[in-house]
Amino acid sequence: MRKQRSTFLFSALCFGMAFLYVPIFLMIFYSFNYSKLVPVWGGFSTRWYGVLFQSEEVWDALALSLQIAVVNATFATLIGTMAALALVRFGNFRGRMLFSGMITAPLVMPEVITGLSLLLLFITLEGIIGWPSERGFTTITIAHITFSMAFVAVIIQGRLAGMGQELEEAAQDLGAKPFRVLFDVTLPRLAPGMLAGWLLSFTLSLDDLIIASFVSGPGATTLPILIYSRVRLGLRPDINALATIMVLAVAIGVIVAGWLLFRQQKQRTREMQMAGK
Amino acid sequence: MTRGLQTALARLQGGWQSVVVLVPYFWLLLFFLVPFFIVLKISLAERIIASPPFSPLFQWAEDGALTMRLLFDNFVWLWEDELYVETYLNSLRISIVSTILCLLIGYPIAYGISRARPTARTILLLMVILPFWTSFLLRVYAWIGLLADQGTINNLLIFLGVIDSPIRLLYSEFAVYVGIVYTYVPFMILPLYANMEKLDLSLHEAAADLGARPLTTFFTVTLPMTLPGIIAGSLLVFIPATGEFVIPDLLGGGNVLMIGNVLYGEFNANHDWPVAAAVAVALLVVLVVPMMIYQRVQARESGI
Repeated sequence: MRKQRSTFLFSALCFGMAFLYVPIFLMIFYSFNYSKLVPVWGGFSTRWYGVLFQSEEVWDALALSLQIAVVNATFATLIGTMAALALVRFGNFRGRMLFSGMITAPLVMPEVITGLSLLLLFITLEGIIGWPSERGFTTITIAHITFSMAFVAVIIQGRLAGMGQELEEAAQDLGAKPFRVLFDVTLPRLAPGMLAGWLLSFTLSLDDLIIASFVSGPGATTLPILIYSRVRLGLRPDINALATIMVLAVAIGVIVAGWLLFRQQKQRTREMQMAGK
Repeated sequence: MTRGLQTALARLQGGWQSVVVLVPYFWLLLFFLVPFFIVLKISLAERIIASPPFSPLFQWAEDGALTMRLLFDNFVWLWEDELYVETYLNSLRISIVSTILCLLIGYPIAYGISRARPTARTILLLMVILPFWTSFLLRVYAWIGLLADQGTINNLLIFLGVIDSPIRLLYSEFAVYVGIVYTYVPFMILPLYANMEKLDLSLHEAAADLGARPLTTFFTVTLPMTLPGIIAGSLLVFIPATGEFVIPDLLGGGNVLMIGNVLYGEFNANHDWPVAAAVAVALLVVLVVPMMIYQRVQARESGI
């Protein structure tokens, strides 16, 4: 009976992983297809990569998306960490309920609603104070920070809750001012979580289509907006090439980040063991 | 609320602590809460040909008094228009069925991962998370290549002699289900796994020792214990799937209408902002209860 169950679980796992990965691998496979018709194999070729690299539109969109992603990730990490500190370490201030509700709501809010509401805000603001006079980089970045900081706050809250306050209290007992405690004790311990938050915000921003297409104006085309306008009309071999590059970049990034975190953790354990001796 | 904040801030000694609270607080007030009131306001306005294309909600009457005009016409119109009501029911049906499908597929996978050896568990978990980091749009796009008339699945079936001519897979409700399940199943697997990882296996043994059959054990022990994971995972699939826009657009190809598409269309194609805002408010009304349940479950799970 037990064996039967593990066979079932094993086949479920195989099926699940195949379901998750076969479409991605097929997309990579067809990016090396010479034929213009994506599913018809016309021999191995890298011609679509050439087509992709020669497209100025693609480079412009990529540059805009990367700029937004970096600025967004940096601000979202800063503000999200502040929010997490306020919620976990600053006790029960009034208005805390509203604050914690607002910080988690963007996590589950449908993107069409967030996008529409932010666009209407920007238009209203423009009518009242004349800012933002045009929609593009700034408005997309603000929209992205608003939902990215929620993800950062959740990550940091989790780490803060699991960390305990003993080290901070010890530093305070030794005469450190709260400001020094924050910078010398709390923040260094939060660094891995902040890195994870930064990376997540970066990818979320690079990936967002719906909110960006609501709050962007003419002339501001991010990479997802460009991809979307091309694939709406069906399969495109150059998009397969672009997908391959993006998937590989993400895979390498995740593996390197994972390896760095793993190494850091190992080093810390070693240091703690040595300190113990 | 302002006074509450002030007393809270007075309790904190340095000025920097108040900055830590105030920066995210005001950011969220301005860019999250205020926009909702604007949506609500515009949903109660009237469409006019102007820029911006809606009637002002507050108006100075001739005697100098500030009057407020609330129009529920947009909501009445949504309610009376069969297309809208049908689209709402359609969205709900599609997202409920997708959630059930995700649960049926995700549950055995999550269980399999939680029962694997530690090394295998880390790798499998990473494999579930990795698609999260790759573009959502491109993962949906990948299915166009699989489901198209000349796509991989049709080619394979013709090659195997199962069918003679391509069957219609793309631009159908089936394709939308495939797309939603494919992109959202990790949202189901991860909370389920987090819950199952903590399961006490000795209870299974106790049930077996007392003579319970595996199926009985599953329904009386495993299922009730994994209920928090099931609820969290189901809500994480159901909520975003209801407002989904990209998947019905790319894989449904205009044959499958969901609320997200209608909202986008009213706004971008029809430029009917008040109706678009009313659609958004109605969508939020449908989702506010599931969202609150999710927050409750999350808060209890993380103990914050």
